[in-house]
Order: sequence, then C-alpha cells, then structure tokens
Amino acid sequence: MKKHNIISIENKRPRVNKDKLRKLLLGTKEKKGLLNQLFLYSLLICIGFVYLYPLLYMISKSFMSLEDLLDTSISWIPSKLNFGNYLKAARSMDYLKTFLQSVIVAGIPTLLNVIVCSFVGYGFARFEFKGKKLMLGILIFSFILPPQITMMPTYVLFNNLKLVGKLQSFLIPALLGQGLNAQIFILIFYQFFKLVPKVLIEAAHIDGAGFFRSFLRISVPSAKPAYITVFLFSLVWYWNESYLTQLYVSGVYIKGTLSTLIIKLKQFDVNYNTMQTVEGVATSNNESIRMAATLLSILPVLIMYFIMQRSFVESIDRTGITGE
Amino acid sequence: MRKAQKVKKVKLGKLAKREARMGYIFVLPWIIGAVLFLIVPLIQSFQYSLADIKITPKGMKIDFVAFENFTQIWLEDAEYPLALGGYFWETILSVPIIVVFALLIAMFLNQKIRCKGLFRLIFFLPVIIVSGPVMNMLSSQGAATIPSMNVAAIRSALEGFLPYYIASGFSDVFSNMIMILWYSGVQILIFLSALQKIDSSLYEAAKIDGGSGWECFWKITLPTIKPMILLNAVYTVIFLSNNEQNNIINIIQNAMFAGNKGYGYASAMAWMYAIVQTIIVAIVAVLLLTRKDAYDKQVKRRKKELRKQNRTLRRIRRRNRRKEKSVSSLSKSKGNVAWHTIRKNSMTLGKNGGEEHEKA
Repeated sequence: MKKHNIISIENKRPRVNKDKLRKLLLGTKEKKGLLNQLFLYSLLICIGFVYLYPLLYMISKSFMSLEDLLDTSISWIPSKLNFGNYLKAARSMDYLKTFLQSVIVAGIPTLLNVIVCSFVGYGFARFEFKGKKLMLGILIFSFILPPQITMMPTYVLFNNLKLVGKLQSFLIPALLGQGLNAQIFILIFYQFFKLVPKVLIEAAHIDGAGFFRSFLRISVPSAKPAYITVFLFSLVWYWNESYLTQLYVSGVYIKGTLSTLIIKLKQFDVNYNTMQTVEGVATSNNESIRMAATLLSILPVLIMYFIMQRSFVESIDRTGITGE
Repeated sequence: MRKAQKVKKVKLGKLAKREARMGYIFVLPWIIGAVLFLIVPLIQSFQYSLADIKITPKGMKIDFVAFENFTQIWLEDAEYPLALGGYFWETILSVPIIVVFALLIAMFLNQKIRCKGLFRLIFFLPVIIVSGPVMNMLSSQGAATIPSMNVAAIRSALEGFLPYYIASGFSDVFSNMIMILWYSGVQILIFLSALQKIDSSLYEAAKIDGGSGWECFWKITLPTIKPMILLNAVYTVIFLSNNEQNNIINIIQNAMFAGNKGYGYASAMAWMYAIVQTIIVAIVAVLLLTRKDAYDKQVKRRKKELRKQNRTLRRIRRRNRRKEKSVSSLSKSKGNVAWHTIRKNSMTLGKNGGEEHEKA
C-alpha cells in the first residue's frame, strides 16, 4: 500500500522540468540542442534552395507556353506540360549532331589530357633530376598566368599550320601537357604518385621490370581514384569551355566543321532567328525557348553527375590536395 | 636522407644518372609543351604588344611602335580601362565573400547532421554546369538574383554615402549573388576535406580546458586550415578571371579580330590584364601567407643574439692574440722576465675589455 503511494507520487511529478527542457533546447557541451539543430537545418535548406533556384527557375520556365509567360497569375507551375519549347530549341540547335560533336570535342582531348598528365606527374613525383624545382615553379606560374596572353601567338601558330577550325588545335596542346587546366591535373597526379611506396617500385625493378613497366603495372593501378577524378573534371571542363573552343575549334571567322552544345547556346538567338525566317516557324524566340535550350545543353553533364555523384563529390578528398 | 642526396649531387652514380634520364623522358612532353605553348608565345606576345600588326595577303606585317598600344588604350579607349577597374573591384569584393561563404558551409556540413550527402550534392552541382553561355542565359533572365533581395534599394542606399564607382561594384556583386555563391563549389569541398582532417583530440583537449566553440574556431580551426584559405582564395581569383562572365576576356577576343585594333592592341590589353590579375593574387597572398608564430620568432631572435655574442667573443680573442704576438716579439729582444709580467698584464686587460664589451 505504502509502496504504491510512493509510485503514484512519483508519477504525479512533472515529467518535463525546466532544467531538462533547457538542456533539450539549448543543448549541452556534448550534444547540440534542438534549437541549434533546427537553426542549422533551416539555414542549410534555405541556402540549398538559393543554390537550386536558377535550376528550378529554368525547369519551370522551360515548360511554359507563351500564354503562361504572359499570364501574371502564373509564376512557378505552368498550366500544362508543354514540350514544344524543347522541340523548337532542339531543332534550332541541331541537337543530336551537335551532341555527338560535343562528345568528340570534349572526350578525345580529355583522354589525351589524362594520359599525358599522369605521365608527367609520375615523372615529377618519382624521379630526381636537375631543374625539377624550376619546372614545378613554371608549372604553377602557368596556372596563374591568364591564357589571354599566350592566346594570340598560339592562334597565329595554328593559323599558319592551318589547324584553326580543326580538332587538332585542341589535341596538340593536350598531347604536350598544355591542355585545359592541365596544371591542376599534373599536380593531382604528382601528389598521388608520391604516396605510392618507393619500395614497391624498387622490388619490381629487382624482379626485372623496366621503368615503364613498373609505372604501368604498379603506379597506374594504385592511382585509380586519381584517374577517375581527373577524367571527370577534365571532361566537364572541356564540355563547358566555350571561349577557347570557339576560338580554336569552331572558329570565329574561319568556320570550323565542329561545334558544341555550349557554343550553339552562345549563338542561340542568331541561330533561332535564322531558322525562324528560313522555315517560317510561327512562334518567335522567347525566354521559355531559351531556358529549354539552356537545360538541353547542360542535360548530358547533369545526368552524368547524378550517376557518378559519388566519384565527383569524394574526388577532392581523394586527390590529397589538402595534404595527408 | 636529404644529406645523402646532397652527397650524391657531387658525383652521380650510374643508377642515379639513369634515373634522372628517365625523369627527363617522362617529363619531356610537358617540357616541349611549355616551350612551345608557354615560353615562346610569352615572348612573342610581349613583342606583339609593342608592335602594330597588320595582316596582309602576303602574311603578317609587324611594325615596332614601342608603347603606343599602351598609351592608346589608356588615353583613347573608352571601354577597357573602366572594364579593368571594374574587374579589379568586383574580384576584390567577391573573393572574400566566396571564401567566407565556402568556409561557413563547410563548417555546417562538417557537423553531425543527416542528409550530409544530399547537401554536398547540391552545393557541388554548380561546378558541373557552370559555363559562360549558361551563366549569361540565366543572369539575363534575372535568375541570378536572390528572389527576395531588393537590389535597387541596396544600390540606392550605397550610393548615398559611397562614390558611384565603388557603389556600382557593390551592387553588381549583390545583383549576381547566386552566381557568386555558385562559384564556391570546389572551395566548399576543399575546406570540408581539410576540416575533416583536423585532429579531434585537439578539440577535446580544448573543451576540457573550458574552451567554447567560438574560441575553438579561432584558436584551432582557423590556424589549421589557413593554408587552405590561401589556396582557395588564389583559386577563386583565377577562376573569376578566366570565367566568361568576366567581360574583359571578351573585349580582348573582339579586339583581336577588329580591323582597327588587331593582335598588337589585344596583346597589350592582355598584358595589362595579366598585371592586374597578378596584383590581386599578390594582395591575397600577402594577406594570407602564413606568418611564423611568436615562438619561432623568439627562437630566431635568441639564435641571432647568440651568434652576435660568439662573434664578439671571437673578435676579442683574436685581438688578444695579436697583442700577445706583438708583445712577445718585443719581449724576445728584451728577455724572459719582462715578457712574463707583460703577458700577465695583457691577459687581465683583455679579460676586462671582453667583459666590458659584453656589457655594452
């Protein structure tokens, strides 16, 4: 009887006292409080929204018909799904052909870039030779130097060799370790190959492997993450490059045969207007069609990103830029 | 290890020689590339910038005109000097915003939260799709401003107390806020991986000693990731400079093919641009370069003092010895007894002199 009484008293005591509540909301030294967490999440979600805002805007606008655009009551959700904009944009950009060309323009220099940069990075990491410090200095200097300085003489050189407007004007620099952002890639490989234990390579030498063989059989397989990182970044950067691509490959005055989606996007208004006058399409250019074209031009890399997201996001961890 | 290599440097062994040769072979493509696409163009470009270049049917005609291109740009070009100033301002303003923002986001993501992967995915997304034409499309549609931010109000408020030039730089930064945030994807990841590598026992020790989170940030986090801040800042400057949103590189390209300007004029522009960019990088580097800490400084000063003392001591000894010599040569002629007494005197004199020196 008495025992029961005590229990009932204990039950009557308020479960949530002031102290506990305070601890729960504000947190202790070990654990973050609820308020803290709430603040953090809301901030992150807000910033995340701001980050995605242009993309969401693009998607929403690209589905709108002309009536929806003019209707002030519609700001985000179009009245019906309208794929007409995409069709028009794709036709104006000659999508399939340009897509294949972009794959070529981005892909082949990337392959060369990866191979040559790994080669050079290995040379810097593995061997000691005279002038290595100076060369690394030049490498970093060439990263800081804006490419506009060397652009004109290089353009003249390619022009004399009749390479402007051809893919070779991208391939030759890539082959000689001067591709797009090659400096960063060489440094990534340099960091990576330095981590490969020298003992392994010496053991291979004792077993009769030559320098190239030990490179191919030991260093390359162990640097697989670096290869993936460099490949992805190089591909994306070549894909998104428009300034140099326009100058060298598609040509400003000398029209080349190759073009990329990004360059087509740059010239979108002109192309669309000519298409409109030639074919007599009724609708004129509007922002819905422009947004559709923008989305179409980044769609391939976007898809690649969502498939390969782990390799992208963890790439920087693995490259060892931040020091081991 | 290093010492062993230094010894080797005197005379390379056969193996070392062969290794060095292999090193050259591996680096050879880059060396050729650097000469062909970096050093030679650099010299040529300098030559171009001092010349007027006309393209004739026979080929290029280069006339040396000294600094005429530069003076022409500064005195007659209406667009370029302004664009250069605008670029300088915008970069100086956006670099701190980007770096601080990236650091903040990285600190948030470094805490124990759910959906970390998702947030990382979102913050890294812009790196994949960012490119000149896409950015131009978006910002021309007004998708680059944060929707609820009233840019016009900020602009008018700033123009109230700042000169127009600076105020317009500020408002440009605000009106392209999302774009600036978009540029911080790589920086966030670099900071994040640097933060994850900080030893957690440091924080525990600080907590035991009663350090708050605020103190931990200033005393542990910031000093540890300082090199990464420099790296990120330099990366940001370079990224902003080579980005196609940046108007200058388009001006240069247009000048290249313009009939009345040509390669020479464009080269001069490019050189000026490079100088401005280098100045910005230098400012960033000077501000963020890791200084030696107070302890190192003290050790250095102490060593310097010690060396100075040693030097004075040695000088005193040398002087004494010289005195001895002259005295001894004198005394030899006079005899042994006199020599002894004189020597004693000179010894005490020397000692006193030395002490006085040290006191001074």
